[in-house]
Amino acid sequence: MTIQASTAAAQFDPESVTTDDSVVRVEGICKRYGAVEALRGIDLQFERGKLTTLLGPSGCGKTTLLKIIAGLIPATSGQIVINDRVVTGPGPERAFVFQDFALMPWATVLRNVGFGLELKGVAEGERNRIARNYIEQVGLQGFEDKFPHELSGGMRQRVGIARAFAVNADVLLLDEPFSAVDEQNRRKFQEDLLRLVEIERKTFIFVTHSIEEAVYVSDRIVLLSPRPGRLARIIEPRIDRSASPDEIRRDAAYLDVVEDIWQSLRHYAE
Amino acid sequence: MTVFGFRIPMMASLLVWALLWEIVGQLDLIFLIPPMSSIFSAGLGLVQTASWQNATWITVKSFVIGMSLAIAIGVPLGVLMGRFRIIDNICGLWVNMFVSAPLSALVPVLMILFGMGETTIVVTVFLFAVWIIVLDARAGVMQVPQSLIEMARSYGASRGVILRKIILLSALPEILAGIRIGLIRGVKGVVIGQILVAVIGYGELFELYSRSFDMERFWALTIVLFAAAMLLSAIVERAEKRIEYYAGAR
Amino acid sequence: MALMSQETKLALPREAPTTLEAIRLFAERRRSFWVVLSLACLFTAWEIAGRIPISYAFPTFSDTVAAFFEMVGDGTMIRAYFLTLQPLVLGVVISALCGIGIGILMGLSDKAEWLLAPVFIVLQAAPMAALVPLVTFIYGIGLTAKTLAVIMLALPVIVLNSYKAVRHVNPSLVDMCRSFQGSRRQQIFKIIIPDASPVLFAGLRLGVAAGFIGVMLAELLITPTGIGDLITYHRSVANYAHMYAAVASIIAVSTLTLAGLQWFETNILRPEKRRK
Repeated sequence: MTIQASTAAAQFDPESVTTDDSVVRVEGICKRYGAVEALRGIDLQFERGKLTTLLGPSGCGKTTLLKIIAGLIPATSGQIVINDRVVTGPGPERAFVFQDFALMPWATVLRNVGFGLELKGVAEGERNRIARNYIEQVGLQGFEDKFPHELSGGMRQRVGIARAFAVNADVLLLDEPFSAVDEQNRRKFQEDLLRLVEIERKTFIFVTHSIEEAVYVSDRIVLLSPRPGRLARIIEPRIDRSASPDEIRRDAAYLDVVEDIWQSLRHYAE
Repeated sequence: MTVFGFRIPMMASLLVWALLWEIVGQLDLIFLIPPMSSIFSAGLGLVQTASWQNATWITVKSFVIGMSLAIAIGVPLGVLMGRFRIIDNICGLWVNMFVSAPLSALVPVLMILFGMGETTIVVTVFLFAVWIIVLDARAGVMQVPQSLIEMARSYGASRGVILRKIILLSALPEILAGIRIGLIRGVKGVVIGQILVAVIGYGELFELYSRSFDMERFWALTIVLFAAAMLLSAIVERAEKRIEYYAGAR
Repeated sequence: MALMSQETKLALPREAPTTLEAIRLFAERRRSFWVVLSLACLFTAWEIAGRIPISYAFPTFSDTVAAFFEMVGDGTMIRAYFLTLQPLVLGVVISALCGIGIGILMGLSDKAEWLLAPVFIVLQAAPMAALVPLVTFIYGIGLTAKTLAVIMLALPVIVLNSYKAVRHVNPSLVDMCRSFQGSRRQQIFKIIIPDASPVLFAGLRLGVAAGFIGVMLAELLITPTGIGDLITYHRSVANYAHMYAAVASIIAVSTLTLAGLQWFETNILRPEKRRK
């Protein structure tokens, strides 16, 4: 297979991605850990209603970049601008979904989902009402009073996603959310995620190491190269989402983009 | 902690405490706390006395014998418990019980059984140290991955080879951790035994100094003991670090 | 043929379950079977060793049990435990309150860690028993001295375990709290302390174990009261069965206490671990 990327994949061009509707702007972000350079000169914009994936081999700093956007890790230089305001720490306009779920083992599903609101001081009745709504949205009704250890991996991440939605943030940051979920559930999750992107006008920034997952869910894929992490390419898959999930996964355009990305990344593989 | 960009090692704070001790001692507030400096000079004099050298010899001897017994019996018993369910089921209860039981209450019993001499101290050291060595050796053996044993069997290793080359080596990090804690407990055992018996080794010296209110020597002896305990544990910790690389990679 | 013989082999135990088989099945299902068996093993060995006898000072198991019930019957045992448990409970409660506080502080603040951690590391590794006689110089031989002996042994254990508990809190949970803009206060009380609480409690259990050692040391060294007095007295009058009964009873009491705490820990505090 030496077929080059189809027209569906646009080459990296900074001008084409700058739009007025950008909610999150990453400006010249660099990150060093002592002598190790993790990220170098990252400039990116993220638009409302779109899902952007940060994709790259391990060590490319994709999770570091996501945590810098979240305000969990300080950048060495550069800045993060959200809704035209420079931010330095976590804020109410962003919500994070963790790779290891980060559920409190001593709290029920209901309290875990409402935890973001609890920290903001929302009254118990109100926050339980909101939490119940999102528990239902992610398909966990009936599990409100269960504890995390009583749920499967997939159900636990549904709790994590409901918790992020419950605070009604503009920007959702998802750090390899499905990597600890088994394959069947992962596919279901990806479909659910696409549905959520469509109904909630939010900005999604998604980190994954799976090429197929990235192509399937993304409006735009940012490829990072490792050591130090830099922008390599930006690809817009432009896949027809009106087709059924199974048709998309067999679609030639979809497969071509997957192959194109693999060709870009293969020389990083060990 | 870092001050002005310099990392100050944690143990350095002990110097702060020693300084504080010196100040309190110089103020002469309480006879129990003589100045650190006079404790050190008393310590220098102490190590030259024949009574200290004798006591140290006796203490080290009973400690080494007791610990050797604890390791020689503890590790094989732990390995057996890890390999055979029936031995584990019968001994497990007692090992778990004695590992946290107040063994100091047993010392009077040992005194009437083994006399007021070194044998009692050796048995005390053994009893203090052996249980944790057994438990950790057992935990180490139980953690040996089944796939590693199956790998050895698929290449035709005999039971003896599997035991020596796979199980014992794989369990080594836990066995060493057990021995380190065992050593610390052994030091406590030798001190508790000698203090309760009160007529041999450091126990006799402690008794002598506290009866004659010779606080400088009392503290000097204590510091020697504490330092020995810390040194021992540091040595085994170094050995543990050298094989740490595979503890996580099994 | 080979298939046939295998089938008959498989069917055999089902048709005629031997007594041995029944015992094996029962043993697999009931843990208490092994507890009873291992108790029986030791007590039998004790009885035989006492009957030989291996030493003039080694009473049989049955004599020891008789002595135990005699002491329970005439109330000396109960009075002794009343005296022994006072400094133990007092010392453990004080150590728990101070120890968990200091440990959490050391876990949260680098400065406190730098200043205090080495002291407690030394105190935990060192033979504190050597210092117990000192206590009598200041506090004499009363309840205060015994309580202090308990604290000296229990406090370092509790402090270091609380410190480790806080340092090993799941960093992802702390990140989660920060990402929802939780304040430092909310972080400590809603995430760090709840997540550390099983390990905090385990430290408390180890502190109780150390406290038992401390109280026995105090009663044998400083002041012959309580169980320590029973041991010392019966030893001096060569009432060995009574002495052994006192020693065995304190070991049994400490074991039962610790087992109870452990049960509480695994069943109440860590429900997520129970199902495994």
